[in-house]
Amino acid sequence: MEILIYGTINSVALALYALGFALVYGICRLPNFAHGALYVLSGFIAWTMINTLKTNLLVAVVATLIVTGIIGAVIYRLFLIRVRGMEISEIIASYAIALAILEGLRWGGFRGMTYTLPVFVEGSMTIGGISVDYQRILVVVVGAALVAGLWLFTHYTRVGLALRGMAQDERAALMLGIDSDMMAVVAMGMGSMLAAFAAILLLPLGNIVVESGYNVLILAIAVCIVGGLGSWMGAVLAAFLIGFAQILTVVYLGAHYQMMVALLAIIFTLILKPSGLFGQQKELEERV
Amino acid sequence: MKIGTQHRRQERIDRGIKVRTDGLYALMSWRELSYLIAPRLLLIGGLLLLPLVVPGMYWPRVISIVCIYALLATSFDFLAHYVGLVSLGGAFFVGIGGYITALLNTELGISPLVSVPAAAILGGVICTILLLPCLPLRGVYFAIVTLMYPLFLARGIEALNILGGTDGILGIDSVPYAWLEQYGIIVMLLLILFGLRRLVNTDLGLVMRAIKDNDQAVKASGMNITHYKALAVFIASSVGCLAGACLVHTYMWAGISTFALDFSILPIAATVIGGGGTLVGPVLGCLILVPISELLRDFGTLRIVFYSLILLGFIVFRSEGLMIYGQRKYHQFERWTNI
Repeated sequence: MEILIYGTINSVALALYALGFALVYGICRLPNFAHGALYVLSGFIAWTMINTLKTNLLVAVVATLIVTGIIGAVIYRLFLIRVRGMEISEIIASYAIALAILEGLRWGGFRGMTYTLPVFVEGSMTIGGISVDYQRILVVVVGAALVAGLWLFTHYTRVGLALRGMAQDERAALMLGIDSDMMAVVAMGMGSMLAAFAAILLLPLGNIVVESGYNVLILAIAVCIVGGLGSWMGAVLAAFLIGFAQILTVVYLGAHYQMMVALLAIIFTLILKPSGLFGQQKELEERV
Repeated sequence: MKIGTQHRRQERIDRGIKVRTDGLYALMSWRELSYLIAPRLLLIGGLLLLPLVVPGMYWPRVISIVCIYALLATSFDFLAHYVGLVSLGGAFFVGIGGYITALLNTELGISPLVSVPAAAILGGVICTILLLPCLPLRGVYFAIVTLMYPLFLARGIEALNILGGTDGILGIDSVPYAWLEQYGIIVMLLLILFGLRRLVNTDLGLVMRAIKDNDQAVKASGMNITHYKALAVFIASSVGCLAGACLVHTYMWAGISTFALDFSILPIAATVIGGGGTLVGPVLGCLILVPISELLRDFGTLRIVFYSLILLGFIVFRSEGLMIYGQRKYHQFERWTNI
C-alpha cells in the first residue's frame, strides 16, 4: 500500500518534471537542457516574491508562472533560435544557459537549506493506514488535471492545434500560414511555465537547492527517453514506470540507488530501443 | 564606401604565396618555406618555452592543467568533427583513466612512468567496450548517452562505496622529476596533435570523415562502419584517459570529482572558441579559457557562469571559432569588387 501511494506520487512528480521538456522537444525539436535550471530559477522567483516582496501566495504563484514563461520565451528568441536545427549546438547552447543560471544563483548566495516554499494546504490524512499530507495529494490531483488540460488545449484550441501541426510536419504547417518561429517561442514559453508549475507544486515538499536543477534535468530526460522523445502519452506512462521502479529500489535497496535507476533507464533504452517504448519516430532516423 | 547605386560585394582570394606553397615548389625559396613552417614552429616553440617564461610555482602547474584540458578537447574535436560522434562524456574518459592509474599505482605499486601509458591503453579498451553498444546511435542520442555514463559511474561509486567511495583514492605518487612532469605532458600533447592531424589525412581518416558525412554510403561500399567507429572511439578515449591519468598524478588524488561535468564542458567550450575541426583550435581555446578560469578562482562559481556565457556567445554568434578565422586571414585576402 505504501509502495502504491508513494509510487503514484513519485510518478506524478516525474511526469510534472518531464512535461515541459517533452512539450518543447515535441514541438520545436529542441532538447532543452535548460529545463532543470528554469525549474530551480522559478523556485527562487517564487521565494523572492513571498519572502522579500511579501506578496500573498496566489499572486506569487501567478507571477512566477508568467515571469518564468517570459524568461523561457526570451531565451529562445534571443539565443536558441539562431542555432535552430543544429541539434548539437542546441544542446551545448542550452546547457551553457543552464550552467549560467544555476551557477549564477549559487554565486548569488542561494545555497544551503534555508530556502523553502510554503505548502498550499497544511495537514495530512490517512489512506489505508498510511498518512499522506495534503500537499502530496494536491500534487497528484493537479498533475492529473494538468495532463488533461494540456490534452484539451492541444486538441481544441487554435494555438494548440497549430503547435501540434508544427510537431507533425513543419513545412506543411508553414504552408498553412502557421508562423513556426512564433509557435516555437510560444512552445518554449509554455515549456518554461510547466517547469515553473512543477517547481511551485513540488518544491514545498523539500528545500530549494541549486543541485536539484541537474537532477530534475536528468529525470526529465530519463522519462522522455524511455517514453520516446516527442511522445507525450509515452512520457506519462514512462513516468509511472520509472516512478514505481524508483520507489521499489528505495524500499528494497536503499535511497542511494534512486538516481541510478533513472540513469540506467536512459542508457538501456537508448541502447536497446532508441525511439523509446512509445516513440512515434522511425527507428531508421536514429539508427544506422 | 558606396557610390550611387553601385553595388559591391566582398570576395576572398587565396594569397599568391599560399597557392605557390601548395606543391613541391614550396622548397624553392626560404620565404615560402617559412610561410609554411612559421605557424607550426610558433605552436611547438610557444608550448615548449611557456614553462620557462611564466613566473612562480603556481603558473607552471596551470600550464600542465591547460595541456590536460587540451588533450581532452583535441579528442573531443577529433571524435566530433572527423567521425561525427559528439561525445559529451569527457569526464567519463578522465574518470576511467584516473581511477586505473590510481589503482595501478597504489595497489600494485607501479611507477607513474609505466602506469600512465598503461592507463591510457587499458582505459581506451574499457571505454571502447562500454561505448560499443551505443555506437549505432547518432547525433543527440549518442550525446545524451555519453553524458549519462560519467554521472552513472559517479553515483555507482558513491552508492556501492567501492574504490575509496566519496573520499577517493589518496596517496598517489607524483611523477618522479618535476621537469618530466612539466615537459612530458607538453611533448605528449604535441605528438598527439600532429599524429591526429596526420591520421585524419590518411586513408583511414578519409573513411572516418566519410562516416561523418554519409554513413549509409560508406556502408553501401561494403565497409563495416562499427569497426571504424570503434577504432576512432578507442583513439579518442585513449587520449582522454591519458589526460585523466596525468591529472590524477598532478593532483596526487583520484575521486568522484574526476567524473565532474567540468571535464565534459570545458573542452567543448574550448573547441567551440578555438574552432572545431582544426585540432589545433581546441588547444588555443584551452590556452585562453583555463588561465581565465584560474584568474577567476577567487570569485567561486562565477567563473563557471563566465565561461558558459563565453561558450554561449561563441556558439550562437561566432560559431566558426578563432582558429578558422585566423587561418582565413593568413591564407586569404579580402577585397571589394563592383558588380
